[in-house]
Amino acid sequence: MANKIRVATTSLAGCFGCHMSFLDLDERLVPLADLVEFNRSPITDIKHCAPCDIGLIEGGVCNAENVHVLREFRNNCKILVAVGACSINGGLPAMRNSVPLEECLREAYLDGIGVENPMIPNDPELPLLLNKVHPIHEVVKIDYSLPGCPPSADVFWKFLTDLIAGKEPGLDYDLVHYD
Amino acid sequence: MTEKHITIDGQTVPFTEGQTIMEAATAAGVYIPHLCHHPDFTPQGSCKLCTVNVNGRNLASCTFPAVDGQQICNNTEQLNADRKRLTQMLFVEGNHFCPSCEKSGNCQLQAVGYHLNMLDNHYPHFFALRKVDSSHPQLLLDHNRCIFCALCVRASHADGKDVFGIAGRGMNKHLVVNSSTGKLADSDISVSDKAAHICPTGAILVKGTAFKIPIGQRKFDHHDIDEAGLGEQHGE
Repeated sequence: MANKIRVATTSLAGCFGCHMSFLDLDERLVPLADLVEFNRSPITDIKHCAPCDIGLIEGGVCNAENVHVLREFRNNCKILVAVGACSINGGLPAMRNSVPLEECLREAYLDGIGVENPMIPNDPELPLLLNKVHPIHEVVKIDYSLPGCPPSADVFWKFLTDLIAGKEPGLDYDLVHYD
Repeated sequence: MTEKHITIDGQTVPFTEGQTIMEAATAAGVYIPHLCHHPDFTPQGSCKLCTVNVNGRNLASCTFPAVDGQQICNNTEQLNADRKRLTQMLFVEGNHFCPSCEKSGNCQLQAVGYHLNMLDNHYPHFFALRKVDSSHPQLLLDHNRCIFCALCVRASHADGKDVFGIAGRGMNKHLVVNSSTGKLADSDISVSDKAAHICPTGAILVKGTAFKIPIGQRKFDHHDIDEAGLGEQHGE
């Protein structure tokens, strides 16, 4: 195929579970590779987005770097997709939202059981944490959402094959899960 | 005497005098989405998910009486779009993290979301600060998941008790427990009460039962709430 659909993916405040679920496409990855090529993605290790057709975003936004990456994807992807519970509602990382950030850091790096050499990490290369974890639709416009923790490989397959076939993507009852 | 009937989405539905539209529809096997309604308790019409169009006007079907000849629209694109927005508001108002909730798969709030093909939450999240009351040895009260349907309030009255109440208004609305400390452990509730089992979400849970049925094999994992029998719709 001369002009493949160009796809970029990233994991922000996620656990890479959605990416693992994507890889659960298993042998379907072969026909998919005939139709799409991957640009920026942990799969390719390309560090910055070229103009893409589809951007798949796993995870919510928990730090300043997440915001930059998300904006880069929005600026370069024609269709931006929120993949998984964390990107849609913040998910488990957002459960820290009920605890003040300073308390979170104290518990993790100073006062927690078994902490050695207590010190809150402050290397200038570390992106600063946001006070709260946010779903990505609060930062940029999102075109489609794939719920699930993670969405199953069948969800990715149905969504991408619909989109590549030029159809409005849709998920049947069995493909919609919030857990 | 000729039988009285209403028409829902073109289907003739008989009713008896005094029935609400919801009661007539339920008896005829017509599903109208709802969360604050339960057939055993007085309807209160607060969640508005059961809104139907009756002769051109939108009304809560759980409180409005069936009247002979009513032309009712229920399963329409517009009403379902409105219901989806209402459900999304419920999701962003509380803290509903399904992957970490024991009720996932048996939750009516989630089931209504599935039924309406709700794929995102649309609105910005409140991330409201709410507490978890784990004081009771057998019951858990997680305010993060409360949608103020007041079913526990009504069920507790039916139990002959008065354990729960809704206090505050608007943003400050919250579920309160009738005890000297405000804790569930110091209230009259018992695990055999209806109020302990009525919650449509995971706000009131019986401890130690969470994962009896694995995630993925639960009621709404494969069956739309509109296919479930009435008892099943309400988690029985």
